[in-house]
Amino acid sequence: MADEPIISRGFRGRRAAAGRQSRIPPGQYEERDFPVLSAGPTPHTPLSKWDFTLRAVDGATMKWTWDELQALPHENITRDIHCVTKWTKLDTVWEGISVDTLVGAAAARGVQTAPFIVAYSDGGYTTNLPFDDLAGGKAWIAFGYDGKPLHPEHGGPARLLVPHLYFWKSAKWVRGIQFTAHNEPGFWEVNGYHDRGDPWREQRYTGDP
Amino acid sequence: MTDGSDVAPSVVRPRRIEWRAATITDVIRETAHAKTLVMDVPNWPGHTAGQHVDVRLTAEDGYQAQRSYSIASAPSRSTLAITIERLDDGEVSPYLTDALGVGDRVELRGPIGGYFVWEPSMGGPLFLVGGGSGIVPLMAMLRTRAALPAPIRGSAPATLLYSSRAWDDVIYRDEVITLAEDPGVNVVQTLTRSQPSGWTGFTRRIDADMLAEVAPAPSLRPHIYICGPTALVETAAQMLVELGHEPARVKTERFGPTG
Ligand SMILES: Cc1cc2nc3c(=O)[nH]c(=O)nc-3n(C[C@H](O)[C@H](O)[C@H](O)COP(=O)(O)OP(=O)(O)OC[C@H]3O[C@@H](n4cnc5c(N)ncnc54)[C@H](O)[C@@H]3O)c2cc1C
Repeated sequence: MADEPIISRGFRGRRAAAGRQSRIPPGQYEERDFPVLSAGPTPHTPLSKWDFTLRAVDGATMKWTWDELQALPHENITRDIHCVTKWTKLDTVWEGISVDTLVGAAAARGVQTAPFIVAYSDGGYTTNLPFDDLAGGKAWIAFGYDGKPLHPEHGGPARLLVPHLYFWKSAKWVRGIQFTAHNEPGFWEVNGYHDRGDPWREQRYTGDP
Repeated sequence: MTDGSDVAPSVVRPRRIEWRAATITDVIRETAHAKTLVMDVPNWPGHTAGQHVDVRLTAEDGYQAQRSYSIASAPSRSTLAITIERLDDGEVSPYLTDALGVGDRVELRGPIGGYFVWEPSMGGPLFLVGGGSGIVPLMAMLRTRAALPAPIRGSAPATLLYSSRAWDDVIYRDEVITLAEDPGVNVVQTLTRSQPSGWTGFTRRIDADMLAEVAPAPSLRPHIYICGPTALVETAAQMLVELGHEPARVKTERFGPTG
């Protein structure tokens, strides 16, 4: 409809500092705080009852308890994150385990990968991703933020971390990854949000290019 | 989660939600810090209470900023209202509240969101918990309900628990009082910082006792919507689950200050 953007007379805007603006995707602004966003109550699962599952299309699974997961090699991850509600936070520091590590361990037990995944969480949240968006050092199961255990409000004890996509793909309170042969839209993806969510292409909502 | 086999692949390519030029037809001063912009949006597709729009501002050199605003008005084909609380050092809200007037145009796209929504077909009871500008999407729900024919309206009783700092900070103050004249609507307000003399409502932040007293019983399976600052939303959602409400019925939206 509006081909030429309407100029808002007198609007100057608050641009990010030089050198940072190029790291802010279109339509985003730089946030220094860490706002909380989720669709419902924050679940609180005790670590003694927590586990993480990878499940193949054929049902083959591998499960880790909290302690087993902690025994895997940790990585420190510094990345910019982008929330579809418009904020971007630069240089966030996480600690977690690469999805590659989990997939590698599971493959040795016969858990095969597939073209798509659905990540699922306590509280019933799901999100879908092409497996390519998790593999090759692009995604982690994160349980540390800024040198401390990840707070429940931000998805603790553990969340998926897929920083190159809008942050709703980084499922909070994650408990497992189900491989799927086909793409199966998750919670926000059936509620009006884009299927892939690349912030640099501004894929916010269903129908965005 | 579903099994791969029973999910049909989507074939219809959905249309993009386009930017539209909205023309401001009225500006309502709600409080010293909040204003409502009433807008005429040509070909607006309609919306559901609880949805939001994205507003985009463009500076003369092409720099753009976007923010989300809940729709305050009941569904309509042409007019749309949003209510903006001014953040003094904010990038976008001061421009919306201070610089725009009747006849000015602003770009927006929507409606957006399919989860924090209430449609009359969902029925009641409704339990709405709002803090500050978090009232906005809840007001869209109450306005939607108020526009229903009486028998349908009667089947969706609503309770609003509304927290503001002071009497002069209550957004939609007169309308909230009028709404409460409907026997199907129960409005309970709390003023957390200061109260006018003779105040009979609550005077503290929303807590477990207040929720237990005000919320419909869990056995009535109310549809619960909570919107406001993060701390309010976190506490209220947590306590309602502890009171026995199903987590899946507790829907939250956070957009105020954090902490
Ligand atoms: C789905 C959704 C719906 C929304 N609906 C509404 C609505 O109906 N009405 C409305 O007014 N806003 C609404 N918001 C918030 C709105 O999008 C903006 O975030 C808000 O207007 C602030 O934008 P700004 O550019 O003025 O401030 P910014 O330039 O973005 O600055 C905000 C900064 O101040 C902090 N901050 C945020 N709020 C406060 C506060 N109250 N006091 C102090 N610091 C604060 C933030 O952490 C941030 O650092 C909604 C947000 C979402 C995600």
